[in-house]
Amino acid sequence: MPDPEVDDASTQARDAVERVFRTESRRVLATLIRLLGDFDLAEEALHDAFAAAVQQWPEKGVPANPRAWLVSAGRFKAVDQARRRAKHDAGRDAIVDAFDLRNTPPPDVDDESLDDDWLRLIFTCCHPALSDDARIALTLREVCDLTTEQVARAFLSTPPTIAQRIVRAKAKIRDAGIPYAIPTRADMPERLDAVLHVLYLVFSEGYSATSGDAVVRSDLTREAIRLARLLLDLMPDEGEIRGLLALMLLHDSRRETRTTAQGDLVLLADQDRRLWDHGEIEEGLALVRQALRAPRYGSYAVQAAIAALHAQAPTAAETDWSEIAGLYDVLLEIDASPVVELNRAVAIAMRDGAAAGLTLVDAIVARGALENYHLAHAARADLLARLGQRDGAVSAYERALALASQAPERRFIERRIGELRGCGDAAVRDIGSVTPRTTDPFLQRGSRDRGR
Amino acid sequence: MKYLCLIYEDETFWAKTPKPELDAIMSDYRAFGTTYKASGNVLGGNALQPTTTATTVRVRNGKMSTTDGPFAETREQLGGYYMLEAKDLNEAIQIAAKIPGAKTGSVEVRPIMEIPSSVLSESAESVLSA
Repeated sequence: MPDPEVDDASTQARDAVERVFRTESRRVLATLIRLLGDFDLAEEALHDAFAAAVQQWPEKGVPANPRAWLVSAGRFKAVDQARRRAKHDAGRDAIVDAFDLRNTPPPDVDDESLDDDWLRLIFTCCHPALSDDARIALTLREVCDLTTEQVARAFLSTPPTIAQRIVRAKAKIRDAGIPYAIPTRADMPERLDAVLHVLYLVFSEGYSATSGDAVVRSDLTREAIRLARLLLDLMPDEGEIRGLLALMLLHDSRRETRTTAQGDLVLLADQDRRLWDHGEIEEGLALVRQALRAPRYGSYAVQAAIAALHAQAPTAAETDWSEIAGLYDVLLEIDASPVVELNRAVAIAMRDGAAAGLTLVDAIVARGALENYHLAHAARADLLARLGQRDGAVSAYERALALASQAPERRFIERRIGELRGCGDAAVRDIGSVTPRTTDPFLQRGSRDRGR
Repeated sequence: MKYLCLIYEDETFWAKTPKPELDAIMSDYRAFGTTYKASGNVLGGNALQPTTTATTVRVRNGKMSTTDGPFAETREQLGGYYMLEAKDLNEAIQIAAKIPGAKTGSVEVRPIMEIPSSVLSESAESVLSA
């Protein structure tokens, strides 16, 4: 008959392994990559280490420092593995190196060096020498521990495509000599920007999927927010991390109200503001204030400040459009792009009237800058409707429809076209005036998406 | 690691840029070379004559063909190179950014493929035994 106490202890140990795996596996991996100098070897060693934990912890008890235990176990497993392989295939450099590992002193695994390893991992996965797509796939796979299948689903791709992208990225890291290192102070601004850009793209894809049936993919927004928090925790002096985290929280706070139960889009002006996540808004507002107080703030902090004004307006009509237009001017100076110009034009339309906004939007479109951006045509259509120009509005919406690929956005545009066609001339203006807006102002994706 | 930095720029740039400006660029190149040769990072490098002087050689089925060119269809052409020794890609990128051509054209940073000495000696043996 099994001893109930022993049984209980082994259940506890199993739970401990699971808990440690959930919270520590990526950090242990990060350290193993540094010690073994190779992503794939480290991944293998990580699995071996957890397999050893499942075996040994129930018998010997959970070690005092599970992280350090796993790092040591993983490292010894890797050395062991290398030794066994070396018997078959002597003379390979990698194996000689692995042998050397046995003679090096035990690795440094205090908390600080583990934090550094986590930063090494994220800075390497987000290295600017890798393409945006590669950085995103690598970060979600290696840093967030999403499976290849999950990454593929999130980006409407296939697992073999994502797997190949990751293999190529790892090969480039190895062959081009991308170091497993935290950037130097001189490199930091560019390198941090690259990391934040990846988090921004992951969040954008989660918040406003480029295509497919759903507007929001909350697994991606959650991961982006989680990583930004970790990053801020380790680099508290970097204002732009704070700005980006604020921006993401303030947009995420509207998550529940952006679509109907049927999955249709609800414009910012029509959202039930009582249902916004006020905890996230409070946190976001506090972060924006801190970010803007920094001596040098960047485009994320300014975008977050714009989102903050929307979050603070009790109703759509009471939004401070004048302040928002001013912030878009600031944003244009930091990070000029046609998408930012478009957003500024919409803010000016809200402040000075539809005609003023339309002049600006027409000028941007006439330049050919946003010719293929569906939201530029949707914004034009909306302004034309507000000016009572039904035919112009319908044809601009049709242009937008031809370019839109996300199903809820398409349904929204189709509905607008139906409404405009079905009403008398006098009512066109009304349809326009009840919808003072573009869609949600998280439109900047294009502005930072240049590489895609 | 070794990296080859390939400098691409619009080769008409040199023809249409006034002399004082060209002199300034040349002196920037000299300064770059002096600094990074002294640091041991620049192993060598050269400027190339324009693509109008280029000849392309191919051997197909044992038959050699020689053609004029290639003539640039792209906006930027290979105009020169440096061979660098750098700790890693980060250091190589930092140095590449200091090449004057990076300001007017672009610099492609390519790691040199390290061929293990065992492979080389094997092929040497096969040559000897042949």
